[in-house]
Amino acid sequence: MSQVGEGSRADFPILSRVVNGAPLIYLDSAASSQKPRQVIEAVTSYYERSHANVHRSIHTLGEEATELYEGARDAVRAFVGARGREEIIFTRGTTEAINLVAQCVGRTLRPGDEIIVTEMEHHSNLIPWQMACRDRGAVLKAVPVIGEGFLDMEAFARLLSPCTRVVAAAHVSNVLGTINPVVEIVRRSHEAGALVLLDGAQGAPHLPLDLAAMGADFYVFSGHKMLGPTGIGVLYGRREILETLEPTWGGGEMIKEVWIDHAQWNDLPWRFEPGTPPIAGAVGLRAAVEYLGKLGMERVAAHERDLTARCLDALARIDGVTIYGPRNPEIKGAVVAFNVEGLHPHDGAALLDEHGIAVRAGHHCAQPLMKHFGIAGTLRASFSVYNTPAEVERLAEAVTGLRGAL
Amino acid sequence: MAYSDLIRERFRHPRYRGSLERPDAAFEDVNPLCGDRIRIECRVEDGRLADARHHGDSCAICVASADVLLERAIGEPVELASRLTTADLLERLEADVRASRLRCVSLPLTVLQSALDGKEVAR
Repeated sequence: MSQVGEGSRADFPILSRVVNGAPLIYLDSAASSQKPRQVIEAVTSYYERSHANVHRSIHTLGEEATELYEGARDAVRAFVGARGREEIIFTRGTTEAINLVAQCVGRTLRPGDEIIVTEMEHHSNLIPWQMACRDRGAVLKAVPVIGEGFLDMEAFARLLSPCTRVVAAAHVSNVLGTINPVVEIVRRSHEAGALVLLDGAQGAPHLPLDLAAMGADFYVFSGHKMLGPTGIGVLYGRREILETLEPTWGGGEMIKEVWIDHAQWNDLPWRFEPGTPPIAGAVGLRAAVEYLGKLGMERVAAHERDLTARCLDALARIDGVTIYGPRNPEIKGAVVAFNVEGLHPHDGAALLDEHGIAVRAGHHCAQPLMKHFGIAGTLRASFSVYNTPAEVERLAEAVTGLRGAL
Repeated sequence: MAYSDLIRERFRHPRYRGSLERPDAAFEDVNPLCGDRIRIECRVEDGRLADARHHGDSCAICVASADVLLERAIGEPVELASRLTTADLLERLEADVRASRLRCVSLPLTVLQSALDGKEVAR
């Protein structure tokens, strides 16, 4: 049986690296996770045996590549619980997926229409909406963050109005780890007649998903944060919504028939996939979701919750450490953001790197959230299937030594 | 080794941190990589950088870099102060700074140059 934690580590070749004289402790999976041998081998095997362009190559390799690419779509559909394969559009990543939606929906906005984001969004779920609003004279509003780092749902209810066209929110905050009440967000947004996009970049890698039940109109995520390759991401869209959207990017593959002055769009999902797609990325992503599927996402989530709880507990005991985000691991994703008194986060990360410990430091592409807390940045430890309690202990020991280290 | 003794010393006890009462020139900027912010205020007399101070919210490398920069630049003609380079600062910092942190070294340099060029702070 596949294992999380210590039992999975042999699958990840990079974890045997020694960094600055110490065994690598990789606590930056929220930025990008490491890859198991199964993913690396799937990509290598694809390039060594089956590579060709997809869909229109009538030869053996072309057919194999097409089968692998479309098979990846089926695997992803099953993994996220979408109803149909036409609801799974491959993109280069979360950012591209959000931009795609913001452009397609954005061109239907009218002056005075409103889009609601939240104060805890990653820039990639904020800037595309700023751009759409700026282009169309629409108004951008933000749900404030309150307390340890929760969305102010009463304020959200007040912000919703008949003018609200889109609500764009993180499933899980990449800084605070807050798991937002997405079912409630979807319900209230739909009651107001708005579309909902959920940024699942920190959700899909860590939590079991049933997107059909969740009800969001769009759910987006990246392969590289969930053990897959870079350059592949997913836009899940409800079929009935995708069918109403005009594509904004043209090219090969997204058309059915073309004349010199007009064209007929292809069916879903290819309508939104112009050009040669990231085939190897999709193949690798399939291997990644199959790997996660064997572990079981309930087990992955429980393992990461345990590490998060241990980390919160250990860091809270260290003098001069401030933790950001919910303290309750039951309602938190696998990230812990913190600062050490008198130490800039970048200096903290550089000093931890001397112990072979990789953490993220800075504003985490969430500057409005940093402004909310009145800080320039934080350190952030984040976990994946391969991390262990012993690594959390090593982190805590190293953080204890950080105070006064400069 | 990113943190030389000199960087540690200047981070703990910067000699030119602070503000000037009536600066002739000032500029501040942000390192988009990490959100670090640094402001440099200058007094210029007879074409020379008569005095300058830095403050802000930034890492040890950036603070130390600003400090050795002002130490080197104060008293010099404005044209020379504006022509100092990242290499000059690295030498003074006695540090082998990684590529990912070079902007921490160069940010005070571009802020000083912008202040002396009379640029407005972008809002």
